[in-house]
Amino acid sequence: MEVLIAILVGFLYAAGVYMILRRSIVKFIIGIILLSNATNLLVFLSAGLTAGSPAFLSDQVSSQQEFSDPLPQALVLTAVVIGLGIVVFTIALKYKFFEVTGADDLDQLKPTDNQK
Amino acid sequence: MPQILLIYLISSLAIFILPKWVDERKPILLGLINLGAFIFFFLGIPFISGQIQYTRFISWIPEIGLNLEFVLDGLSSIFALLITGIGSLVFFYSYRYMKGYSRTKPFYFYLFLFGGAMLGLVLSGNLIQLFIFWELTSFLSFLLINFFHEKPEARRAAFQSLFITVFGGLSLLSGIILIGSDVNSYSINVWIANADIIKASNHYVPGLILILIGVFTKSAQFPFHFWLPGAMQAPTPVSSYLHSATMVKAGVFLLARLSPALGGTFEWTHIIPLAGVITMLIGSYFAITQTGLKPILAYTTINALGVLVLLIGIDTKLSIKAAMLFLIIHAFYKATLFMVAGMIDKKVGTMDINKLGGLLKYLPITFIITLLAVLSMAGLPPMLGFLGKELIYEAKIQSPGIANLVLFLGVASNVLMIAVSLFFVYKIFLGKPQPFEKKPNEKGPGFWLGPLVLVVLSLFFGLFPSILGSTLVESAVSTIREEDIIVKLKLWHGFNDVFFLSLFTVILGFALFFLLIKRDRLLARWRALNRSIFKFKLTELFDNTMEGFVNFTTRKSRAIQHGYHRYYILTIILFTSVLIWYQVFVTGGFKLNASFSLDPFYISGLIAVIISAGTFSIFAKTRITSIIALGVIGYGISLIYLYYGAIDLSITQIIVETIIIAMFALVLQKLPRFAKLSSSITKFRDIIVALIFGSVMTLIALRAIDIDFLDPISKYYIDNSMIKAFGKNVVNVILVDFRALDTMGEVIVLSIAAFGVSLLLQSKTGKT
Repeated sequence: MEVLIAILVGFLYAAGVYMILRRSIVKFIIGIILLSNATNLLVFLSAGLTAGSPAFLSDQVSSQQEFSDPLPQALVLTAVVIGLGIVVFTIALKYKFFEVTGADDLDQLKPTDNQK
Repeated sequence: MPQILLIYLISSLAIFILPKWVDERKPILLGLINLGAFIFFFLGIPFISGQIQYTRFISWIPEIGLNLEFVLDGLSSIFALLITGIGSLVFFYSYRYMKGYSRTKPFYFYLFLFGGAMLGLVLSGNLIQLFIFWELTSFLSFLLINFFHEKPEARRAAFQSLFITVFGGLSLLSGIILIGSDVNSYSINVWIANADIIKASNHYVPGLILILIGVFTKSAQFPFHFWLPGAMQAPTPVSSYLHSATMVKAGVFLLARLSPALGGTFEWTHIIPLAGVITMLIGSYFAITQTGLKPILAYTTINALGVLVLLIGIDTKLSIKAAMLFLIIHAFYKATLFMVAGMIDKKVGTMDINKLGGLLKYLPITFIITLLAVLSMAGLPPMLGFLGKELIYEAKIQSPGIANLVLFLGVASNVLMIAVSLFFVYKIFLGKPQPFEKKPNEKGPGFWLGPLVLVVLSLFFGLFPSILGSTLVESAVSTIREEDIIVKLKLWHGFNDVFFLSLFTVILGFALFFLLIKRDRLLARWRALNRSIFKFKLTELFDNTMEGFVNFTTRKSRAIQHGYHRYYILTIILFTSVLIWYQVFVTGGFKLNASFSLDPFYISGLIAVIISAGTFSIFAKTRITSIIALGVIGYGISLIYLYYGAIDLSITQIIVETIIIAMFALVLQKLPRFAKLSSSITKFRDIIVALIFGSVMTLIALRAIDIDFLDPISKYYIDNSMIKAFGKNVVNVILVDFRALDTMGEVIVLSIAAFGVSLLLQSKTGKT
């Protein structure tokens, strides 16, 4: 199953890269979401997969028990939340930007300040 | 001594705060300060005779061998006297010359500081300290040459001089550091004491060449000579100072200063004389075909610098003696002649030699001054220059290896110099009187006072050379040769080989001069010939090179900094993928522990759903379908998390996905529709790039599963979760207990994002 999920990770990266290479800013944002999902999954996968046993301790502590690794989960959880912050802010920024300029083409943003 | 430099610095700054009544007379004041310094050094002469040196040592950064050392000995004494003495005359002259110019404050600031920097240079006993003063003179001369910066030629000349001298300065610094690393010191005295170690070292030749590049750029030696004629764009007092006592003499000084440490080797006695002799010939050859007074003088300066460098390179007792004497001679006549040129410019309004003539009747005093100075330049008796020329001939014969060449070229160059000198004075004062717009007169003693003092000194020392010989020249030569040497100078040496050589030169020089004035067309043809032979000008080569370089970098920047966002990303992604693929290739194959299976089938099915949703999302034509497909991906991933025991993660993912989709849906109506912006070829290319990157990431993911560098830290958390934090859900405990501070940071980030979003959505902005 790891192989399949690894392929999924690769697919999500490919999809994300394809989207951030678009000129449309909305597609660019979708690309960021895809990349962020792909990265989360990559970190999650890299710890190894253990099906069906979440890291919940029972009353009788036995560290011999095979848990799924809690640390990457904690890391990814943080990353997911931060990703939410970034994406929501980017969408709001895009909304405002479009309202002001009416532009959705990244190529229209080519000139820098001193070139105008 | 350091105090004197401090006085220079403070007085130069004080120029800007002078009260108005002093302000008008500030050149006089500055001249007097120079005169004071001159008297100080003059009174010091008796104390430094022979090899005695007076030093002041101030610790600066002793850890890296960087100290302030000030050395006053025979050599620095000559230079210091010339800098301060001629400096004061130049300031008195400027008082008259610069009247009516605006921006005199910065002008005097630069000029005075320039003199101070030059003084600091010749008094330096530490080479790093010397380098700082060296660069200071380069920068200040740039500002001085650029004084009339409205003129493009001035800007161009200033830039050339700055570029070349600073380039040389950097080369000099590298040379100093290279050789300094052998003896662990930058102190000149230490270098001299360890001269044998230095010369035996592997660093000697590269270090010497680097230092020589510095010297040759500063002292305008071939092939770096071309900046000097451009430097005459500066106001004439500056040229007068720059050419006679300062700037270009810095290189000569450094050569003389380092000659006991680095001199006497095969490289020294061949590279330096060769550069010197070529420069000497170029200078005198081009001097004769110039038509402006200042260009003529500038090329004769190049000639003189060539002679000086040649003499120091020959490196015998006699040649050093000749060099020191010629240094003084040249400073005297060159300062005089530039001042005269400036005066003629002011009085007549032109410096074109073809528009001048017959000024004798208007300017008799100036004529006498010029005549005496020119006699010194031509090396004719009874001036000091005559002595110099005789000595130089004697020295040239001693030049090892290339004596014949040096002597032959020396005679040729002197013949030209005599002709130029006579031509100079003939064209201005004799010859056909030209119609002048205003009648020139001798009014304003400020103009001819300085030149008069200098020629009188030149004549006096010519008649009584032993006064100069037994004091200044003797101690300077003793310093350089490191032995006590008695110098006896006489005007008349009797009938010997050198005398006949000299006579021969004079006759040829006069013959050439008469030829030139009898046949006007000859000179014109000569000029035309020069123009056709020397079409290739070094100044133009320099300009073209610079321009080409700037164009090249501009094109290159445009190619790299094109401003297209997606190409930047494309570059980064491609580069990264190629790098990782390369690394995979180099590292070689690795065993894959996991085998491919479709079990459990519902997860396989889920992955198939995610992939198809992803594909749909990418190629969707409308926004809403794309975003809904995005939601499918997000929820699908949360199910994967759920299956593999990450319950908190799964819950979070679901919440986040919901918020993002809700957010999109909220602003969807305000977002643009998908437009078709890229061509199919672009899309195809991007798909390829995306697949390359995706495949490499799959590879990394597979590789990452099996890598455990260290025991997972997770064990600590699992073991202590219950004991220390009293929580059963380990993920939860990590987030809110063990790593609570990180979570706190995360909360802050989210708050900031929320704050930003609410501001963005609230603010009202009309379309612009």
